[in-house]
Amino acid sequence: MNNSTIIQIKNLKKDFPIGKGVFTALQNVNISIKAGEFLGLIGPSGSGKTTLLNIIGSLDIRTEGEVTVLDKNVSILSQIEAANLRSVYLGFIFQTYNLLPVYTVFENVELPLLLLKQPQSERKKAVEDALEWVGLEDKINSRPAQLSGGECQRVSIARAMVKKPKIVLADEPTANLDAENSHHILKTMESLNSELNTTFIFATHDEKVIQYLQRKISLVDGQVVNDEKVTNNPIGG
Amino acid sequence: MKLALKLAYRNLAGARLRTFLNVFVLSLSFVMIIWNKGLLSGWDKQARRDTINWEIGGGQYWHENYDPYDPFTIEDSHTELSQAILNEEKLGYVTPILIAQATMYPQGRIQNVFLKGIDPEQTILELPSSYLNIDIDEIPVCIGKRIAEANHLNVGDYFTIRWRDKNGTFDAAEAKIVHIFKTNVPAIDNGILWIPLETLRTMMQMPDEATLLVTSQEKESLGELDGWIFKDHYYLLTAIREMIEMKSIGGSIFYLILLLLAMLAIFDTQVLSIFRRQKEIGTHIALGMTQKQVVGLFTVEGAMHSVLAAILGAVYGIPLLGLQAVKGWAMPGGTDDYGLTIAETIYPAYSLALVLGTTLLILITTTIVSYLPARRISKMKPTDAIRGKIQ
Repeated sequence: MNNSTIIQIKNLKKDFPIGKGVFTALQNVNISIKAGEFLGLIGPSGSGKTTLLNIIGSLDIRTEGEVTVLDKNVSILSQIEAANLRSVYLGFIFQTYNLLPVYTVFENVELPLLLLKQPQSERKKAVEDALEWVGLEDKINSRPAQLSGGECQRVSIARAMVKKPKIVLADEPTANLDAENSHHILKTMESLNSELNTTFIFATHDEKVIQYLQRKISLVDGQVVNDEKVTNNPIGG
Repeated sequence: MKLALKLAYRNLAGARLRTFLNVFVLSLSFVMIIWNKGLLSGWDKQARRDTINWEIGGGQYWHENYDPYDPFTIEDSHTELSQAILNEEKLGYVTPILIAQATMYPQGRIQNVFLKGIDPEQTILELPSSYLNIDIDEIPVCIGKRIAEANHLNVGDYFTIRWRDKNGTFDAAEAKIVHIFKTNVPAIDNGILWIPLETLRTMMQMPDEATLLVTSQEKESLGELDGWIFKDHYYLLTAIREMIEMKSIGGSIFYLILLLLAMLAIFDTQVLSIFRRQKEIGTHIALGMTQKQVVGLFTVEGAMHSVLAAILGAVYGIPLLGLQAVKGWAMPGGTDDYGLTIAETIYPAYSLALVLGTTLLILITTTIVSYLPARRISKMKPTDAIRGKIQ
C-alpha cells in the first residue's frame, strides 16, 4: 500500500447464509482507494454496495479476501479494535439519518466526541463548527422530530464530520430527500472533502449523487464491473 | 462508566413521561418499603420498651416449676425467699411477685383471674403499685383498663374474690378497686388483679414466698439463685420478636408485590427499548461503541431509574414520613384487644441503615432486571441494528 492509499480491498468475497443455502453478496472485489477521494459505489439494489460499505466500516466481516483500512486489516480486528477504528477514523451517514430522537441537535453531534472522551470546551467548539459547516447553528437546541428531512441529514453529516474523520461512509444519503436538499447536502460534503481532505465513499444509485462523484465504482451482482474516474465533473470538482 | 452515566441520563431525561412513570412507580416502592419497615421498627421499639418498663424489668427469675402457659404449675411454683434475695430486695434490685389462681364475682358474674401480689413500694416496674398502699377493710385491687372494661368495673367498685390457700382450703373476701391503669402491655392487664404482696401471702398462707422475681434494669441478673431460673430479655421478648417478624413477613409480601410491579415496568421498558431502539443501538456501534458498552449503557439506563426514584422518593417521602414520625400513626380502636403489645399511636422509627439498605436493595434489583434484557444486544448484528431490522 503506498502512502496515499487508505483502503485496499483484495479478492473480497462475502456470503450470507439463507436457509440451508448461501447467497454471495460480493465476489472477487479488488479496489484501492486513496485519501481525499470523493467516490461512489453505484449499482442497483442488491448489488452489494451497502455490504461493501459495512465491511469497510468494520460493521460486518468478510468471508474471504483481505480488507485493509488505514493500515489495519479489518477482518482480524477484535471488537474493541474495530470500535476504536470507527470512533477515531470513520464517520457514518445513513439513509434514515439514525439520529437519536431524545437528543437535541447539539447532543447528537456531540456524541462521537463524548465517545472519544474529549474535554467539554473542545467538544462545544467542535460541535459549533460542525453545525456551522452544515448551516444549522440556529437549530442547536431542536430535537430531530422538529427538523425537516434535509435538516436531519445535515445533522447526520455534522455528526459524521465533527471528529474530522479520515473516511466518511455514506449509505444512500439522499434517498429520502428532495432534489434541492440533496444538492445542498452534496455541496456541503463536497466542500468538506476539499477543505479537510476527508475521503467520502457513497453507496448510491441516486443520479443526483452520481453527478457529484469524482470516481464511480459500479457493482452488479456483487462484482465490480466498472471503475472510472471522472475528470470533468460537471457539478463537482 | 462516566460516559454510560452521562448518556443514560440524557436518554432518560429525553424520554420524559416514560421515565417519569417508571421512576414514580419505583419511588412509591422506596417510600412504601421504608414506611412499612419504619412502622414495624417503631412498633418493635415501643413494644419492647413498654414490656420492659411494665412487665419484665431487667429480667426475671422464675420459680423452677413455673410455666406461665400451664396453669397447673401455679400451685407448685412458689418458694420462700432466701436471705440473699431479701437483701437484693431491700437494695431495690429485685421485686418479688406471687401468683395465685382465684375467681372473682363482679356484679354476681363468675370470672377466673390470676391474683398477683406485688410490693406497693416497688419502683422497678411502671405498674402503679403505690395505689395499693392503702389501709382499707377490703382487699385493695389495682386493675388494667381492659379487664375493667370487660367486667364493667370502675374505681371504688366492690366485688368478691374466692381463692384456695396453700392447704387447699377455700376462702373468700370482699375486694375494692382502688385504681385502674392504662398500659400498652396486655399481659399485665387481661385477667389479672394486682393486690399487695403481703396481703396475698397472708391469703395463701405463704409468708415470704414468691413465684417470680423481677430485677431492676440497672442490675439485670443477680447471678445463680438456687431454685430459680433466670430469664433474660431475649427469652422474655420472644413473643414480641416473633410477632414483629411475622408482621415483617406480611409487610414484605406487600412491598414485594409493589417492587415486582416497578420491576415489571422497568423490564418492560428495557425489552421495548431493545426492540424499538435497534437503530439507536446500531448507531452507537457505528459511532464507536462496542456491543458490551451498549449493553452497559442500557443497563445503567435501567438502573438509573432507581437513582432517580430515590431522589423523587426523597422529595415527597422525607416530608411525609418525617411528619408521620412526629405525629405518629393512630392504631384503630380495639387493636390492643388482640393481645398484642401495641400503643394507641405508633411512631415509626427510620434508621440510616433502613434507608441505605432499601436503596441498595432496589438499586441491585433494578440493575439485574435492566441487565437481563440488555444482554440481547451483544447478540445483535450491527448492520441489522442500524437498519432497525428486528432481530
